[in-house]
Amino acid sequence: MQQSNVYIITFSVILTVVLGLLLSGTSQVLGPLQKEAIALDKKKQILGAVISGEEIDAMSPEQINAFYANRISSVVVDINGKEVTEQAGAPVNAENVDIAKNYKKPADQRLFPVFIFHAEGDNEAVESYIFPLYGAGLWDAIWGFIALDTDMNTVGGITLAHAGETPGLGARITEPGVQERYTGKEIFDQNGELVAIQMQKGEGKDYSSDPHKVDGMSGATITGNGVNAMLQNYLGYYKSFIESKKNSQAVAEAL
Amino acid sequence: MSAETIEKAIEKKPAEALLSKRRKKLVTDPLVDDNPITIQVLGICSALAVTTQMKPTLVMAISVIFVVVMSNLAISLLRNTIPTRVRIIVQLAVVATLVTLVSEVLKAFAYDMYKELSVFVGLIITNCIVMGRLEAFALGNKPYDSVLDGLGSALGYSWIILAVAFFRELLGSGSVFGVPVYEYISGLFGPDFKLATNGLMVSSVGAFIILGLIIWVQRTITGYVEH
Repeated sequence: MQQSNVYIITFSVILTVVLGLLLSGTSQVLGPLQKEAIALDKKKQILGAVISGEEIDAMSPEQINAFYANRISSVVVDINGKEVTEQAGAPVNAENVDIAKNYKKPADQRLFPVFIFHAEGDNEAVESYIFPLYGAGLWDAIWGFIALDTDMNTVGGITLAHAGETPGLGARITEPGVQERYTGKEIFDQNGELVAIQMQKGEGKDYSSDPHKVDGMSGATITGNGVNAMLQNYLGYYKSFIESKKNSQAVAEAL
Repeated sequence: MSAETIEKAIEKKPAEALLSKRRKKLVTDPLVDDNPITIQVLGICSALAVTTQMKPTLVMAISVIFVVVMSNLAISLLRNTIPTRVRIIVQLAVVATLVTLVSEVLKAFAYDMYKELSVFVGLIITNCIVMGRLEAFALGNKPYDSVLDGLGSALGYSWIILAVAFFRELLGSGSVFGVPVYEYISGLFGPDFKLATNGLMVSSVGAFIILGLIIWVQRTITGYVEH
């Protein structure tokens, strides 16, 4: 009866259009809210490198926005550590720099945002510098933020996130227990060479005496290697900036 | 005679009560006697994946209830117009749309939850319970009955995954809904007393064990035998 090809095609077309309208409508309506949620999440990740996860969880979205506005300022630099204020005539804002998009460009054309964590109520006193990280895990992208203390060497904290690592294995990089392993580690060796920090294969060993190694994640060596490469790469890209800050600090101390 | 008189006979039948015995059975049957997880063994994948903690499990349960009920309603309303040759793809399109809606809403209003459940919300599409109910019930029954049937199956699924999550979170992380129960109990016995959590419960193996125990207990009580 109703089974002619014309009927089937008409039915399918109508169904597709109705469902398509429904979906695009929802996407339009919820789009701004989702953007806000994503921006808030990014702020949480940036703050996560300098304050503990529990503190962030205890804050309401408004408090996080206020805290971020009070304590974090940002600059954008290029590969040589020079500040970039505009690109192609448009002003550059660190919050709007898409690390993932920049990742696809050659390193010397990328924009590198730096987030600066200030002491409370004092915009001059820097507590730490926060650098974004981006790279590849086992299945998909991984990214994060690393905070360096003002000596530009000691890690103040790190947040790591991923798009699709294996739950229970590589996905563990988001756990506070894993991220805490980086706190207090150092990125330069005694000769001033950038060696970053390597996550080791295997888990359960004590690396507290080695400032450049952290305990690994059992069953997630490839994700761990991805984190290592990401740290090495991005700290390398920021090296000029890091060293310029290091030198200015040394000068300030000498005076 | 035939067709016309039969139609009239049907029309004259008094309207069925809103919650008649048969309709109640539609909702209550899948809770225990015909539970989608423990009896039909459907939807195991998500039952293992999202049940390490109760909060995401609850969100998952609500999402599944929404998807099953709404898709049952939609398919039941369309049941006389859906061409049989493409019915599976029509069901899939409806289910996928609903799942995407859930995913978008979570992304807008509960971004942390969205990140935590990640791929598993999307995988509701492949949850056999959803398509199973559409094929087995909604295609041949009236909308209201289909909604009740979907509600029953989804609730049957929900209480099992919540039960699994309860034991996994309690034994694995020492908390319930994020409330640190173990810490509280340890506090009652003095500072040196500490309840150990079981790491096995956090891994998916723990879910298999809990689920197996639930199925065992339930089948012992109901005397259900696999035919």
